Amino acid sequence: MGGAAATTAAFSRSEMMIVAAARELAGQRVCFVGVGLPNIAVNLAKLTVAPDLELVYESGVFGARPARLPLSIGDPTIVTGATAVTSMLDLFALYLQGGLIDVGFLGAAQIDRFGNINTTVIGPYDHPTTRLPGSGGACEIAINARSVFVVMRQTARSFVERIDFRTSPGTLGGAEASARIRAEQGWMGSGPSVVVTDLGILHFDGDGEMCLESLHPGVTLDVVRASTGWALRVADRLAETPAPTADELRLIREQLDPEGLYTR
Amino acid sequence: MSASKVATMRDAIAALVRDGDSVAIEGFTHLISFAAGHEIIRQGRRDLTLVRMTPDVIYDQMIGAGVARKLVFSWLGNPGVGGLHAVRRVTEGASASLDLEEYSHFGMVGRYTAGAMKLPFFPLRSYFETDLPVANPRIRPIRSPYGEDVVYAVPPLHPDVTIVHAQRADAEGNTQVWGLTGCQKEAAFAADRVIVVVEELVPSEVIRADPNRTLIPGLIVDAVVVEPYGAHPSYTQGYYDRDSRFYVAWDAISRDAAALDAWLRDWVHDLPDRAAYMEKLGPEVAARIRPTGSAPSGSVDYGRYE
Repeated sequence: MGGAAATTAAFSRSEMMIVAAARELAGQRVCFVGVGLPNIAVNLAKLTVAPDLELVYESGVFGARPARLPLSIGDPTIVTGATAVTSMLDLFALYLQGGLIDVGFLGAAQIDRFGNINTTVIGPYDHPTTRLPGSGGACEIAINARSVFVVMRQTARSFVERIDFRTSPGTLGGAEASARIRAEQGWMGSGPSVVVTDLGILHFDGDGEMCLESLHPGVTLDVVRASTGWALRVADRLAETPAPTADELRLIREQLDPEGLYTR
Repeated sequence: MSASKVATMRDAIAALVRDGDSVAIEGFTHLISFAAGHEIIRQGRRDLTLVRMTPDVIYDQMIGAGVARKLVFSWLGNPGVGGLHAVRRVTEGASASLDLEEYSHFGMVGRYTAGAMKLPFFPLRSYFETDLPVANPRIRPIRSPYGEDVVYAVPPLHPDVTIVHAQRADAEGNTQVWGLTGCQKEAAFAADRVIVVVEELVPSEVIRADPNRTLIPGLIVDAVVVEPYGAHPSYTQGYYDRDSRFYVAWDAISRDAAALDAWLRDWVHDLPDRAAYMEKLGPEVAARIRPTGSAPSGSVDYGRYE
């Protein structure tokens, strides 16, 4: 679509979410990638703010160089040209539990204010109304990745006061309790550090509670509050996320997701 | 030289998979033996405990066909597409009828490893502060014998049968894999019986020329089935790509129980074997999933020591 190239409305909310997540990876080295939006964000980061990023896939790949957008977490394009292919035992035991992963990306069906994540069931466990995929590697990623980035769309149904099932642990109720529990139990990770949504960017404060730090362009605080199932904390100086640059949009549209599978 | 273990899929499944068995068809996205799953459906096995880290479309088909009473897993879905609707029909709401035993990926890998090593448990740093040990009481905390550390333990897994797809094997079952190797080695060593399904049967000299690539030794293999394209719609690295269009198309088929029954009739029950399945798919699918180019490994020199 031509004609409106200079306006800030020329990008989708998904594109803004991907760009914001990619920028959070500046300076990171080893990143555990999920399929879908996180995959595009991580590949965008490698092309922009984090050229030395090593892409790790739980299917057993370290240092992937995908030549096309992987359509699953085990796509053959992540194998060809990779630095190493390992068994999943090695990947989870030596790389993840061994403490070598700087950032783990997680998505969620439900998240609470402390970053606890549900990807297992909606409703009671034995007779759920919706059976979700379950943990996969999420539970051990949440515990052993040095930090956790959450990328998900923000709605009142997904940002809830109480999650139906705790699949992956969050901040454990604050810096003090979190530090004690993690040290006692030998977790490699310090827990979730940022939640990037289609509406804004949230970090965790000293109580371990999610706090809105930045609104994406065109999003109002009222919309974010209406899309959150609890009384959301908001930073004193609420920022506006810089809009995607022309270069970031070009990389997403021409190189990373030319068919718009995840970004439209 | 040992006797050949080469068998047809029909004979291998008839001889090695029995009603009530626990069956692990492994392969993480890569090398999923749809051909074996279809033959199990065709032969009408019942009351199976299906084991797999990622029950995806093949287990949706098998559960839709009624072969299973229980599912042991760590991630349930149609990768990159959405849910498994045949599985959801028997796991959601008041009429949920399929038994579930649920772990995480590392937990499942650990279970196969403990099973293969004949150990009573596998220790791991996972599950802390989650509801998973509540949902599955077989996930238990244990104290280190050398201090106060507490870790979680998962029990060993011993499938009656493990079935894996691979690029190549010799007639004794010495099996080589490249690309993602997932948990196939551990799942094979953990099992009582092992079926390998391969794209190509090769002479033993081919295997012996590159011993580092041997994932599963013939020592633990009961049958070798030669089934080109036996992993479609999943993929075989270097042979054919994942047929992602099929995974997308499956969503609509699986949503509708009658459509699923019709699909099973047309693509499984009414066909004698995998060759007929490939013929029915047609050459355009084989052409579409051909790799876009070649990427050979460099070769290494093992040296001679005589």
